Amino acid sequence: MTALTDLTIAEARDGLRKKEFSAGELAEAHVAAVERARPLKAYITETPDRARDMAAGADARLARGEGRALEGIPLAIKDLFCTEGVETTAASRILGGFKPPYESTVTANLWSAGAVMLGKTNLDEFAMGSSTTTSAYGPSENPWRRRGDNRPLVPGGSSGGSSAAVAARAAMGATGTDTGGSIRQPAGFSGIVGLKPTYGRCSRWGIVAFASSLDQAGPMTRTVRDAAIMLGAMAGHDPKDSTSAPLPVPDYEAALTGELRGLKVGIPREYRVDGMAAEIEQLWQQGIAWLRDAGATPVEISLPMTKYALPAYYIIAPAEASSNLARYDGVRYGLRVPGESLDEMYEATRAAGFGAEVRRRILIGTYVLSAGYYDAYYLKAQQLRTLIARDFSNAFKSCDFILAPTAPSAAFAIGEKADDPVAMYLNDVFTVPVNLAGLPGISVPAGLSSDGLPLGLQVIGRAFDEAMVLRAGDVIERAARFTHKPAFIAGGKE
Amino acid sequence: MSLIEGRTGSWEVVIGLEVHAQVISQAKLFSGAATAFGAEPNTQVSTVDAAFPGMLPVINRYCVEQAVRTGLGLEAEINLVSVFDRKNYFYADLPAGYQISQYKRPIVGKGKIVLDMPDGTTREIGITRLHLEQDAGKSLHDQHAEYTYVDLNRSGIALMEIVSEPDLRTSEEAGAYLKKLRSILRYLGTCDGNMEEGSLRCDCNVSVRKPGAELGTRCEIKNVNSIRYVMQAIEHEARRQIEVIEDGGKIEQETRLFDAGRGVTRPMRSKEHAHDYRYFPDPDLLPLVLDPKAVEHIRRELPELPDAKKARFIRDYKLSPYDAGVLVGEKASADFYEAVAKGRDPKLAANWVMGDLFGALNRLNVEVESSPVSAKALGELIDLITDNTVSGRLAKDVFAAMVETGKSAAVIVEERGLKQVTDTGAIEAAIDAVMKAQVEKVAEYRSGKDKLFGFFVGQVMKATQGKANPGLVNELLKKKLAG
Amino acid sequence: MALDKATVARIATLARIKVPESDLEHLAKELSGILTWIEQLREVDTAGVEPMASVAEMTLPMREDHVTDGNCRDKILSNAPQQAHGFFLVPKVVE
Ligand SMILES: [Mg+2]
Ligand SMILES: [Zn+2]
Repeated sequence: MTALTDLTIAEARDGLRKKEFSAGELAEAHVAAVERARPLKAYITETPDRARDMAAGADARLARGEGRALEGIPLAIKDLFCTEGVETTAASRILGGFKPPYESTVTANLWSAGAVMLGKTNLDEFAMGSSTTTSAYGPSENPWRRRGDNRPLVPGGSSGGSSAAVAARAAMGATGTDTGGSIRQPAGFSGIVGLKPTYGRCSRWGIVAFASSLDQAGPMTRTVRDAAIMLGAMAGHDPKDSTSAPLPVPDYEAALTGELRGLKVGIPREYRVDGMAAEIEQLWQQGIAWLRDAGATPVEISLPMTKYALPAYYIIAPAEASSNLARYDGVRYGLRVPGESLDEMYEATRAAGFGAEVRRRILIGTYVLSAGYYDAYYLKAQQLRTLIARDFSNAFKSCDFILAPTAPSAAFAIGEKADDPVAMYLNDVFTVPVNLAGLPGISVPAGLSSDGLPLGLQVIGRAFDEAMVLRAGDVIERAARFTHKPAFIAGGKE
Repeated sequence: MSLIEGRTGSWEVVIGLEVHAQVISQAKLFSGAATAFGAEPNTQVSTVDAAFPGMLPVINRYCVEQAVRTGLGLEAEINLVSVFDRKNYFYADLPAGYQISQYKRPIVGKGKIVLDMPDGTTREIGITRLHLEQDAGKSLHDQHAEYTYVDLNRSGIALMEIVSEPDLRTSEEAGAYLKKLRSILRYLGTCDGNMEEGSLRCDCNVSVRKPGAELGTRCEIKNVNSIRYVMQAIEHEARRQIEVIEDGGKIEQETRLFDAGRGVTRPMRSKEHAHDYRYFPDPDLLPLVLDPKAVEHIRRELPELPDAKKARFIRDYKLSPYDAGVLVGEKASADFYEAVAKGRDPKLAANWVMGDLFGALNRLNVEVESSPVSAKALGELIDLITDNTVSGRLAKDVFAAMVETGKSAAVIVEERGLKQVTDTGAIEAAIDAVMKAQVEKVAEYRSGKDKLFGFFVGQVMKATQGKANPGLVNELLKKKLAG
Repeated sequence: MALDKATVARIATLARIKVPESDLEHLAKELSGILTWIEQLREVDTAGVEPMASVAEMTLPMREDHVTDGNCRDKILSNAPQQAHGFFLVPKVVE
């Protein structure tokens, strides 16, 4: 039989119900995989004991025939989710040693669905990045390698620890958060599925905030079906989050019908950006063909404001972050660097506690909100946000979902682009507009680049139509038959 | 309009007040922690109030209703859509590094407060706006040589910031404005107005100018915590500014603190470097939208407010504007007065409440709520006066006895035999006795020295220990002296 | 728009992040680069366009006025770098 760590969540769920193996065995196999995966720095904190305890509880329930949606399924949690009693760092020195006295709503939902916690995964500091290289705990490595080139590559970011762990079979699924592409882009770079739900679908309560009007949690898995299963458990209205949507959560798995007859897929003209690799253009065309085969009709759509999404994002996100990160002041938790006066203590603590990229974004955010610049920057960006959202609602008058690449390139080497912030920001050109409009989007592995790296296609849907996004993603997944394995586990190390 | 005399002529003082009124509610504005005063440090703090990572605000409906109620009480426009913004600055007792407040779109717009001036006239002071915001925690600087202690119990409690137009011109007006505002808040039950406990705090914006000139540069005196201090602080600040200008200096716009001990204001060190609050809409919250029907409901449920009550007292009880103004100042005293006046002579009732009762309350320094003499008891005393059971003069002694013994008027009159004598026989007997004892005086009177009449009245009252009915005494004396 | 060292120093103070004088030059260049890139937004005429603060198409939900939280001082202080007698401690402040 296939290794337990190679199973999908859906397969493991059935195996557990049929008693082919126990949650305990499943947990042990993954605890071992987590240890083997240490060279990837996918995890910041491993919680094997908690995994064993939770698995024991799951086996007891399964024995009673009371298995829940994710009973016994070992998952990794991005270290941006507060987990009660387990150190939560946001990959920042400034939160060093912080043990939340509470559990985030999303992780609490997963545990009450029976999931088992393997540990907390690495990320760009405070989720600010597209490469997981800004982590205070060192960069995560992508389990994939370019053909004939052993240089370590980035797993994408900011949820790069989660994508690396899932790709390396060191977790069956993981939580991510997506503010400008932080679930979809690393999923694309790591050859897994990543779903960013509609803003308001998953509660933000207990997730360390980056940009509150954009942040959204979502599942990262190896199959679209697994994403559907996991989202079903994560999502739901939360009265503790004033922006949480009071809507019922549909049965997402039921949406995976494998067919799209009568539906229109929009192809955004403006997503053909210069500098986009030809092979990505080809993959995109391939995707269109697959969807047509499943009965969908491609229509060209226009999202004219696309090119302004990134600059608007790089005003709005840092502005919100500059305020959200003001609470890290060395008074109530986390790092404190002593100072003669209160202000000296603040300045020393925040200088030592925040890394370069976080400091950079706090300064930009502080500047664009400061007296005399608010209208020119922040207000202008909010107006562009209106126009970008309007682009999408106009587009959805003529189509049911949108197909686009996930990122303009495949994974790059660690250190590449490090010295040019703007070049790094451009990674998110296809993902950021979706956050600004608050829409659901999924990245599905659809093929390999010429040098053997995974490439993702992105499906974007109407607000709260995750079902449509999953349905189309599932069609792409079936057609693409993406069975390649990353170098790190190729040869089926077990 | 009163001016301050300086060396270079007279100056006009321009005053605007920003009052922070703590909303009466069980729980905080954005968290479920309690608001009770005087709890152990950090025991009424949630992870939201302490701004832990990932914590989010959810607004308290009752606090919103209290703000609307207050807005309606100030005859102000209620904004059906308002927005919460973040006011960003670093301070030890501001856990999030920002205060959730309302900047561009407050929940309440322009309103007004009418002041009753000592001369019986009224003066209207404009309200610019009222907005909802969170209170900060408390920093204790005097507990330790190297450290400031931070208690977050107050952090997140709902405040109404009520901003006046710069319509006030004297410290007296400022004091009257605060008294009136506090009275309205108490009538509405939206703030207890307790300045000692900090549930009402006042920032004073003060500037001076030559009459008719442009507005001068203002200084803000922060967190003055009693009406008396507010008046002192304004007085001192105005004179300070006049001196600076007359000595050829210029006023720097700054935040100052009032030192109650020395009765002076001084610059606030922690506010030295210029602020830039970087307000922006709080992305954790959404626009606050009010249902017009709900606002109407609150309007219909509003209690009678001081101005309306005063008008009614003048109309129905024929009281002077001054008396009516004094009686409605506190809802409790207005209620007490109405209980006493019910079915009695309203003027007599007013005199007793404002005279002997308030006098006694001041001496004992208790609130009318805990008056040793109930409205019912005072009413009974007044009844004894009107039915001639006790004379007005002795009634004062009876009241004094009621205050100290708590006994009813009737009992005291009975016990001390203070019943008024109306039996003509007894009075005539007393008159005869007096006339027998004062033969010469009688003669003088009869020979035309009728000034002596008062002397005889006094003698007769003395002889009856003041119990004789003054009316009868006059009548009978006249007859008998006439001979 | 190019930021000068003084402006960067002012923002850094507002944000309470100590920036050594020696870093100001480099930081000013870096931030200016980002701002110049951002300023392509100026090409777009946004006259009369409503600014979007949130995509959530709902109004503010409200909770009832009940005490449901707090009374957990140990939890609140459990991560504090410095505390005494139930208070958080910070370097002495002069008002
Ligand atoms: Mg103010
Ligand atoms: Zn205020």
